[in-house]
Amino acid sequence: MKKPSSQTRVARLPSRPLEFAIESLIRVLGFSAIGFVTLIFIFLLTEGLPAFLQVRPGNLFSTRWYPTFDLYGVLPLISGSALVTITAMLIAFPMGLFTAVFVREVAPNWAREVLKPLIEVLAGIPSVVLGFFGMTMLAPIVREVLGAPTGLTALTGAIILAYMSLPTIISVAEDALDAVPKSYRDASLAMGATRWQTIWRVVVPSARSGILMALMLGMGRAIGETMAVMMVTGNAARMPEGLQAILKPVRTMTATIAAEMGEVAHGSTHYHVLFGIGLILFAITFLINLAVASMMFQKRSRGGLR
Amino acid sequence: MMERRKSTPGTKIAVEHLNVHYGKKQVLADICIEIKERQITALIGPSGCGKSTFLRSLNRMNDAVPGARIEGEVRLDGENIYNPRFDVVQLRQRVGMVFQRPNPFPQSIYDNVAFGPRILGIRRRSRLDEIVEQSLREVNLWDEVKETFRKQNALTLSLGQQQRLCIARTIATRPEVILMDEPASALDPIETLRIEDLMRALVQEYTIVIVTHNMQQAARVSDWTAFFLTDDGQIGKLVEYGETGRVFTNPRDQRTVDYITGRFG
Repeated sequence: MKKPSSQTRVARLPSRPLEFAIESLIRVLGFSAIGFVTLIFIFLLTEGLPAFLQVRPGNLFSTRWYPTFDLYGVLPLISGSALVTITAMLIAFPMGLFTAVFVREVAPNWAREVLKPLIEVLAGIPSVVLGFFGMTMLAPIVREVLGAPTGLTALTGAIILAYMSLPTIISVAEDALDAVPKSYRDASLAMGATRWQTIWRVVVPSARSGILMALMLGMGRAIGETMAVMMVTGNAARMPEGLQAILKPVRTMTATIAAEMGEVAHGSTHYHVLFGIGLILFAITFLINLAVASMMFQKRSRGGLR
Repeated sequence: MMERRKSTPGTKIAVEHLNVHYGKKQVLADICIEIKERQITALIGPSGCGKSTFLRSLNRMNDAVPGARIEGEVRLDGENIYNPRFDVVQLRQRVGMVFQRPNPFPQSIYDNVAFGPRILGIRRRSRLDEIVEQSLREVNLWDEVKETFRKQNALTLSLGQQQRLCIARTIATRPEVILMDEPASALDPIETLRIEDLMRALVQEYTIVIVTHNMQQAARVSDWTAFFLTDDGQIGKLVEYGETGRVFTNPRDQRTVDYITGRFG
């Protein structure tokens, strides 16, 4: 019986201090990342929760946002965010899906090689640049073509947001299409289906959970966006009413926090309400992420079955 | 051994001087064969001898392989399927295919079987119901799934059931020819026997061409056997073709003798 195990154990601790140090460093860094997230969440809670105590629910969930008169109705902000985000997804999701189908299924190889990096560049454009573009180029078009009194509308914001979430939607949807086994395509083609029928009836349905995930991630990207939205939506905290609301200014939750946080007195009710809005936003994005995670989990367990 | 019909059957597919290249490499050389109507033709031979490539050239599934080049003629009822005017979509509706690994779509059993008919433009619910039930009955899957087939995902079936479902999906559009690429190689012996019984039943209506590694299977189910082998240049050739009983009991080529007696392969 040899005794290598005791020897190595004796030799290991003193002779590898560097190993030990690196391991500890990584552990500390890893845990501190989790720690910071927890601290931010606690901070958000302690600053945001008082809002729900100091402001009566009837006031908080009303439709009038006039902080100077102690009217803290957040509904216009939530519905502003919802209107802009949903409109953005109505534009971006079909575009993104079709682009992904084109890039993955239809485009010849050379076009795919050109398109994929281009789409990634699109993701790297700073949001303030897009906001700038929206203000100077898109807003006049919206004003003149659609006859809106101002070009800074929910629609303008939605178009810019759609543009911003496109790269996410395209690349996630493309990965999902790529993961569809070749055997499904073969089966469909061998049944006498055309290429289009194969894509539409077999490949896309088989990738639907990944495509839904692309939608959710794009939505998460859109709802949290601040700068571009603040620059192009006009920032009027009014309840969107009817279909024309899309051609009127709105104000989103993110824009409200960004615009007002700098001017508010520390510890005031207004201050706490802004954090409360942050909490609501956090809850919404958390739910979206949760939906994505559960979808991924389902996908993985289904993949394990086969 | 099963009973063989004595009347001489007509030719369904006539292949003449077929050459297949993948890029620079020639895979099949000068294949000439007549595949008989409503008979089972087995293609046997060692791995890499080109028998799967040959099978896939009968419904032009090789077209999609990058660099594939096909010369010669494959005539289905006298019409060359490699004629540019021959519609490949129609061809595949007449010549269906079952693959080595069961590949049902991740959809309900019903949608799998209804896939082909829907592509043909059949929309009426009652008609689709009828086709689905009949196809599932023909592959003996109906009794196992009749309670659940509208909702149950096809991927939850066992492998053998999945393969029978794939056969049902193929026959739902009433093709004339069914190509099978080692349809039982992923299955256990009991499921294998069920597939073989099924083939004997289906051959009453369809022309079947099956690729198999398994010589016993070829001997059990087929009426005709074609033996493929690569030559010195690694190019696949048809060595011997004839009625199965004759090929197995009285092979003419020494290489066939060597292969079926298990001297190689």
